[in-house]
Amino acid sequence: MESMSFFDWVLKLINEYWPMFLRGAENTLFIALIGTVIGFAIGILLGVIRTIPVDPSDNWLKKGILKLANILINVYVEVFRGTPMMVQAMVIYYGSPMVVGIKLNNIAAGVFIVSINTGAYMAEIVRGGIISIDKGQFEAAHAIGMSHWQTMRCIILPQVVRNILPATGNEFVINIKDTSVLAVISVSELFFQTKSVAGNNFKYFEAFTIACVMYLIMTFTVTRILRVMERKLDGPQNYDMMQSHTPDVKEVKNRA
Amino acid sequence: MPKSHSETLIEIRHLSKSFGNHEVLKDIHFHVDRGEVVCIIGSSGSGKSTLLRCLNLLERPDGGEIIYEGKNILDAKMNVTAYRAKLGMVFQQFNLFNNLNVLDNCVVGQVQVLKRPKNQAVQTAEKYLSTVGMNQFMQARPSQLSGGQKQRVAIARGLSMEPDALLFDEPTSALDPEMVGEVLKIMKQLAESGLTMLVVTHEMQFAREVADRVVFMDDGIILEEGTPQEIFNQPKHERTRNFLKRMLNQE
Repeated sequence: MESMSFFDWVLKLINEYWPMFLRGAENTLFIALIGTVIGFAIGILLGVIRTIPVDPSDNWLKKGILKLANILINVYVEVFRGTPMMVQAMVIYYGSPMVVGIKLNNIAAGVFIVSINTGAYMAEIVRGGIISIDKGQFEAAHAIGMSHWQTMRCIILPQVVRNILPATGNEFVINIKDTSVLAVISVSELFFQTKSVAGNNFKYFEAFTIACVMYLIMTFTVTRILRVMERKLDGPQNYDMMQSHTPDVKEVKNRA
Repeated sequence: MPKSHSETLIEIRHLSKSFGNHEVLKDIHFHVDRGEVVCIIGSSGSGKSTLLRCLNLLERPDGGEIIYEGKNILDAKMNVTAYRAKLGMVFQQFNLFNNLNVLDNCVVGQVQVLKRPKNQAVQTAEKYLSTVGMNQFMQARPSQLSGGQKQRVAIARGLSMEPDALLFDEPTSALDPEMVGEVLKIMKQLAESGLTMLVVTHEMQFAREVADRVVFMDDGIILEEGTPQEIFNQPKHERTRNFLKRMLNQE
């Protein structure tokens, strides 16, 4: 057999194994996307709970519940930020049948792990986002009689979501890359698939070069899409002037 | 030309407020009648903004009573949000909702708080936006407006809730000098229309022309109150005289 060059091997691997690579990329994107979306939702929820204002006049039950919730959230955030996702994957995947008696399938376990991991980071990002909103926005909403939840839903969170979109995109990109650690629990994402292909052919450099390019395409595309979303959320740069007459002082006076 | 005010809208008794161990408001007694325009003047730190913010509970008073419709709003059982909806507020820094355009700034409170149907809320908002001359800018976002325009929208937002009174917290202090006039003009129109207004201001000319009653605050107490005539022409207290001299010299 004549010797094949690097590029020959790359082409050959793509030719023969493209369904495996594609399958891996699909799983990677799926886990990263769902994980980011669920993590985002967790983050919003926890961020809002953590910023509920406590008034001295509130009753002890509300204060107690909020205090407990804050402690639990803190523990959650610290544990999942403070341990490697690879270790979390092992603990949850092998631990769940023993502790709660549920054997998760690999993909579900992967989505679960990425979600709660992202949630821990997003909780902090959302909290920062809420804190950074000008106090005047809260005051103006309260001054027209809006409740805390109405203020959050209609005024604060839309601004927070816009402001943390870059950070969320960052999490998404990180998740695309970090799903590779799920290979330790045999999730057939891109890294895992590439390892199989490489091992079967003893062509690690070639196979992982392909994976490298595929990861880059995914992360680059996601970054671009998020940039477009940001611009969408910012709304139009210009506004149309409404053509209607402006009543003069007299009219105003009579109407009131 | 004095108007006759019989009905008291809000009455404040023994109101006190401290930040840490600094007493900002000391045993304040105060009332606003329906249809009345009250201007609160005084130097910075005299407690006038705090008084206004206590009135709609943006600051929680430490003690005293705020009587509205015969009930003390500071009772723990009172529905604070319903009360706040009855008092509009215009801020020094405008505080328009940044995520909403001009129209929605005036609609969101009506729909969320007053539970008005959307189309009725839009109509009301349009009406008051034209009152302040901003109806052409309904689709604009706050960041696309000048300071004076923002403040006019903020006034329309307050009016759209059709409150019993509108509170103004130094509405022109953050504006460029050339934009002060347009906002004061609108406020004057509103005063003439019979709206109950409570205005914390450094605009002495406005207070003199528009107010039914002027309140001079000094170091956490109401030192002196009366008609603009009384306060500006025959102030009783030395401190009032000094303050007015300083302010009028600037003007």
